[in-house]
Amino acid sequence: MSAILPLDLVSAVVVIWLALAVLGLVAQASPRFVTNFIFPLGACASLVLLAAAFSALGGTPDIAVLPLGLPDLPFHLRLDALSAFFLLLLGAASFGISLYSAGYFRTMDKGTLGLLCFEYHLFLASMVLVMLADDAYMFMVAWETMAISSYFLVTTDHKIPEIRSAGFIYLLVAHVGAIAILMCFGVLQGGHGDYTFATMRNAHLTEFWASITFFLALFGFGAKAGMLPLHVWLPEAHPAAPSPVSAMMSGIMLKTAIYGILRVSFDLLDMQLWWWGVLTMSLGLLTALYGVLFAAVQTDMKRLLAYSSIENIGIILVGIGLTLVFHAFHKDALAALAITATLYHALNHAFMKGLLFLGTGSVLHATGERNLGKLGGLIHSMPKLALLVLVGALALAGLPPLNGFVSEWLLLQAFLLSPGLPLPYLNMLVPVAAAALVLAAALAGYVMVKFYGVIFLGQPREKRIEKAHDIGIWEQLGLGWLALGCLLLGIFPVFVIFNIDHVTRTLVGQTLGSTPAQTGWLLLTPIHPERASYSPLILFAIVVIGVLFTIFVVKKFYHGRLRRGPAWDCGFPEQTARMQDTAEGFGQPIRQIFKQFFGVIREVPSPFDKKPHYHGETRDLLWDWGYLPIARLAETLSRLAGKLQHGRIPIYLLYSFVTLLALLVFVR
Amino acid sequence: MAFSQQLINLFAALLLLIAFAMLSQRRILSLINLFAMQGLMLTTSTAIVAWSSHQHHLYYSAALTLIIKVIALPWLLHRLIRKLNVKWDVEPMINIPSTMLIGLALVVFSFNLALPISQLAGTITRSTLGIAMASVLLSFMMMITRRKAVPQVIGFLAMENGLFFAATSSTYGMPMVVELGIALDVLVGSFIFGIFFFQIRETFDSLDTRHMEKLKED
Repeated sequence: MSAILPLDLVSAVVVIWLALAVLGLVAQASPRFVTNFIFPLGACASLVLLAAAFSALGGTPDIAVLPLGLPDLPFHLRLDALSAFFLLLLGAASFGISLYSAGYFRTMDKGTLGLLCFEYHLFLASMVLVMLADDAYMFMVAWETMAISSYFLVTTDHKIPEIRSAGFIYLLVAHVGAIAILMCFGVLQGGHGDYTFATMRNAHLTEFWASITFFLALFGFGAKAGMLPLHVWLPEAHPAAPSPVSAMMSGIMLKTAIYGILRVSFDLLDMQLWWWGVLTMSLGLLTALYGVLFAAVQTDMKRLLAYSSIENIGIILVGIGLTLVFHAFHKDALAALAITATLYHALNHAFMKGLLFLGTGSVLHATGERNLGKLGGLIHSMPKLALLVLVGALALAGLPPLNGFVSEWLLLQAFLLSPGLPLPYLNMLVPVAAAALVLAAALAGYVMVKFYGVIFLGQPREKRIEKAHDIGIWEQLGLGWLALGCLLLGIFPVFVIFNIDHVTRTLVGQTLGSTPAQTGWLLLTPIHPERASYSPLILFAIVVIGVLFTIFVVKKFYHGRLRRGPAWDCGFPEQTARMQDTAEGFGQPIRQIFKQFFGVIREVPSPFDKKPHYHGETRDLLWDWGYLPIARLAETLSRLAGKLQHGRIPIYLLYSFVTLLALLVFVR
Repeated sequence: MAFSQQLINLFAALLLLIAFAMLSQRRILSLINLFAMQGLMLTTSTAIVAWSSHQHHLYYSAALTLIIKVIALPWLLHRLIRKLNVKWDVEPMINIPSTMLIGLALVVFSFNLALPISQLAGTITRSTLGIAMASVLLSFMMMITRRKAVPQVIGFLAMENGLFFAATSSTYGMPMVVELGIALDVLVGSFIFGIFFFQIRETFDSLDTRHMEKLKED
């Protein structure tokens, strides 16, 4: 063998991460070593992964069989374009997050830090293995390792009861999903008894069983991704976890679920039915709208971001659904456009959501406050953080020239360019879906205005947060990397799409064809230059030049001085910073307009109250109507089953005796 | 009908008779003796099956049964009784005549059940399958109706006797490895039961398993 294959490099990264995990446990006595050495080294491994995945994107699939696992059941590995793309996402985002962690975990106490370092790197390694796995056995082992290591990461502060219960909900949903995935693989292997993906690709299922498989996959992976009825763990677990962990779960782990859906529906299944696409699209739209509406009314900054993650997963699911519809009707050029937009958005979301979660981590570190109602004015005390988070917020809001715009624009193009599909009802549905998507995108902008405005702008609402310290060098590096990613992904979309084309070709058999040779590096044209095109670099240049020019003009020809005076107080002299518009106030219009979607609980004090107390809460109705009845039913059933338990041995013996007799009669 | 088959039938009948005797016996010491006798019947019948069908491995089974079920276990149980100083069982939960009537119904049931199976089996002992099943069920019944721990354990051991007999009568015994394994399990199991007896008595001051209800959490 002459050259080092990308698969070898990726496996080496897994080994390095596992070694670092163990090293973290061994070296937990010296926290300085862990933060200054292990986490940066893990970040370097991320870079290697990024490079290896990048080189594997265009190559032929690499296959390896590991001599590990059970007897006669070895682990199969395969690195193809789809895995390479998601590994690239993992490497790129985890590089920034690991760098940031090196600074963030500095203040953590010894024992916790060692365990955290172990779980963190194990989590990373298991995510790589999920994407490399080429048989169901390996996949499930890696998938469960991922779930369990992330569970322990979520419950890092396990002494707080809320965090424990958040962890429980996460674990519960993760396992319900894992059962569905397991059954999905069980159906997929088509009775061969061989659980390698290679066999599954060749198994020909009937339409009925293929649909069952798809539903199980959508349910199982949807539970991990935060698809609508299974999203409840996300807003609980993300705020509970330490911020780098939230960033990793939201930015990367949710994408492993997307990877799973794509792997099963486009690679392992040999047919795609159009109504799967419609179903996925509808669920995706509901998820997106639901997520963004709830994000708009949150008062906890990490919960807000968690709901925003639900929204983005919804958008990605819409993209997958649209791809399925187009692919089933053999409109492959459009399918390629939709899947490109989907993958692009997944990549973007890893960067921007990673950036924002890390940003909230720094805010939390500096102020000790998660409640938006107590923050404010941090742009004065934390200017560097404010700048970097602004990039992420603008990207998530979907503004050009940043990356969020490109993917959402591409997805909308896919919607708008859809010519007559053979079904009239579907033709009517598609514009409605596009409109709903636009609504979600617009509301996402609203959410980001709220997020950024309430935290960073205005005056500090509490005295103590005025002295918040700005971020250190590791944090700057980590956040800077992710912000740079947001910018570059936004400015050079043609280059990005050129690389995504490899994945598109393996999934839907056609590429977007937007190669630089055709249209040049500057112009992004999804289908036809006459229809629509977008040149982010020119736009970026105009924005930069415009801003610089305005500053220049203002400084030179206008007054040229900066004067800071008190705001007009409307004739009411006793103003405090707490009278600023709050997060709750900002979300109030949304809460009024979409009243039916929320369970709003408000306790408003009377004007004569000596000690006025205000309490407002927006409850998730799906929790009250969907989950609690199931929980109550389970409790009732188990109480009934508990009646069987008397504690008297003869009664127990009688049970088995009666069972034995009944079975004997039955077998006759 | 061959002489050996008649002998086997005789011992099978004795086995069933002893099972009924055990069901009705209230003294623990006699119960142990009955258990030993049942083991002896089993040994003899297995040896006769071995002799008449030239299945040599059954001799080993017979020897194993003799050592474990006729000598070792009764001796162990006797020692236990002496140490624990329990000679009488309290009144069983269902009175003895009703137990016997239920037992009769069980025997009819198991004969009825065994009829199609024994027609399929080609062994010399096929007619005794019903008896074997009946003795399993009767021993099970004994475990249910007794309150003290020791008779329950004897019931368990007697059930194993019945299973063993069922195995010999339907398929000339299980493979040797399985038999050895079961014999060892029975031996180890009775040791564990012995330890449990002392623990139960220490905790509740009695060997009555009704007290274990207190362990249930509400």
